[in-house]
Amino acid sequence: MAELTKEPFPPGRYPVIVVGSGPGALQLTYSLTRLGIDHAVISEETAPGGMFRRWPLFQRMLSWTKPYSGFDHASRAYERFDWNSLLADEEGNRGLMPGLMDGTSYFPSRPEMERGLVTFAERTGLRIRFGCRWETTRRDGEDFVLGTTDGEYWAPVVVFAVGVAQPWKPAIPGLEHATAYGELRAAETYADKRVFIIGKQNSGFEIASALLQWARQIVIASPSPTKLSVNTRSLVGVRARYVQPVEDAALAGGVVILDASIESVGRSGGAFKVRTKNARDGAVMEFEADDVIAATGFTSPLRDLPDLGVATFGQSRLPAQTPFWESATRPGAYFAGTIMQGSLGLRKHGIPSNSGAVQGYRYNARVLARHLAESRSGIQVPRAKLQAAEVVPLLLSEASRGPELWHQRSYLARVVILDPDAGLIDDGIVPLAHFTDFGGPDAAAITLESNGRDDPYPALYVRRYGKVNEHLMPPHPLLDFEGPIYREQTESALRDLLSPSLSTTSP
Amino acid sequence: MDVRDDVVDILAGFLLFADLSTPELDRLVELFDEAWFADGERILRQGFSGSGFYVILDGSAVIRIDGVDRSTLRAGDYFGEISCLLGVPPTADIVAVGPLRCVVLPGDQLEDFLVAHPKLMFRLLQGEARKVRSTSKWQS
Repeated sequence: MAELTKEPFPPGRYPVIVVGSGPGALQLTYSLTRLGIDHAVISEETAPGGMFRRWPLFQRMLSWTKPYSGFDHASRAYERFDWNSLLADEEGNRGLMPGLMDGTSYFPSRPEMERGLVTFAERTGLRIRFGCRWETTRRDGEDFVLGTTDGEYWAPVVVFAVGVAQPWKPAIPGLEHATAYGELRAAETYADKRVFIIGKQNSGFEIASALLQWARQIVIASPSPTKLSVNTRSLVGVRARYVQPVEDAALAGGVVILDASIESVGRSGGAFKVRTKNARDGAVMEFEADDVIAATGFTSPLRDLPDLGVATFGQSRLPAQTPFWESATRPGAYFAGTIMQGSLGLRKHGIPSNSGAVQGYRYNARVLARHLAESRSGIQVPRAKLQAAEVVPLLLSEASRGPELWHQRSYLARVVILDPDAGLIDDGIVPLAHFTDFGGPDAAAITLESNGRDDPYPALYVRRYGKVNEHLMPPHPLLDFEGPIYREQTESALRDLLSPSLSTTSP
Repeated sequence: MDVRDDVVDILAGFLLFADLSTPELDRLVELFDEAWFADGERILRQGFSGSGFYVILDGSAVIRIDGVDRSTLRAGDYFGEISCLLGVPPTADIVAVGPLRCVVLPGDQLEDFLVAHPKLMFRLLQGEARKVRSTSKWQS
């Protein structure tokens, strides 16, 4: 820990400042460092890990790391099965999580996740100024000025990786008396209690799952019905690990799941009275409970950034962002980590990106680092040239095994550009919304997509004379997209794009 | 639900939602997500699958077909319903003009949503009828 406990980055001016030390900040500073971008990292914490130093509350992750996949843990293909390791270029620092887990579950415990992040930071020599709390923000010419507990920092580019973990309560009369996620007592103190949980997202069901063996009665309520990830075939909805309360309710074990709005929360002696209105017939019901828990969502602690013109939206107050995660209204302010979900992408079929989770935003961070290098530091990251015959196999191999595409469906894409001078160029991983909406030379982008019903399927986007056309391919039961049907469809879609290059780039 | 707490009050002022009570709106709004678009950003993409049904809360957008702007949408207007109801890609781009704030319902949820809210479905049908009528007048 010697490197980590020094105090690098004293107050002053830097080309780029990263605020935070959770996985999003760690991945970004690693990627910026690899590209040679001078930057400072400050964090109010005392060690790497961000929210995973405390949460999930009941000490086990929702994201899995599958030790046996048929792929080497250091391989790129393995990342599809390991949602929790950060990404490194050096073989020895890749796929760290399976080696740190005790084998009792493919969901790491919270301490295992924290250890994984600390190990990554130590092994890759990340430098972070800990104990430095960002408090205020102002502008000075082209610079942001961050007021911190250690003094003032100036930079034209600041990346805020401060999470979306500040519990939020809606304006329901009396809800201020309810306990928020993060304020819960030890599970055993709920023994024989009547617990009323407001909110049907993962946090509500996580709490309900943990209290099943303790509470006498658990009521889980919000107006809309429970969504389950196994039904939405995405991370939308309650994850299977927390579905046990649903079965308990179905089999009348003491859990009640209610589609009702919460009208008020009041005190009555030592207990609470929760008044609800049924979502279907408007019937009013009143519940008596020993504890009321508000699992009603989280917001991002953006402090005074909205006063500087950073537009936010939604209940989580996410900053509105460009496809490269820059504030849509305050240039120079970027975001990393779970806040990146404010850059919506195409959201096809209503399915959001996985930017709210490590397995999604770790790739965003790498893309953002390259973008900052090229747009802000004048560093051109080299791209590989391709022969025409290599294009279709590359794109289909990416659709079959590219972890960025698997984890960030309809969001990140592998792009091949037809450069009028240089020929065919592998442009690497690019936000799909940037490819489809911001023009550019003739090019092709492949991504994976889901529609909430079928298995995932490849989608090819071909940009020709500035216009982008979508080509959807069928799903495959074994998720193998390299067979003849896919080759034929891809070749057909790319025929116009590739034919002029055949004469200039083939030997 | 992922919408800000002012959304119910905003929707209550729109014709499409005029027949719904506040408790009904409270429940309905849980089905939507909120989205924010910068100037020039595309909300619907001509020819792309998987679109949704959008209601504009604040700001404006243009309907753009093959690069040509056809008309402007404003707060209270909605779009994407034809694509969702027919299960086909949109025939136009919808592009933000200045900052645009919307709520959105995934396309495959629109049928259930309308069936569950028949008065709203009637208002939407009236809106579609007005569009057909104005198109007919324009063509005659």
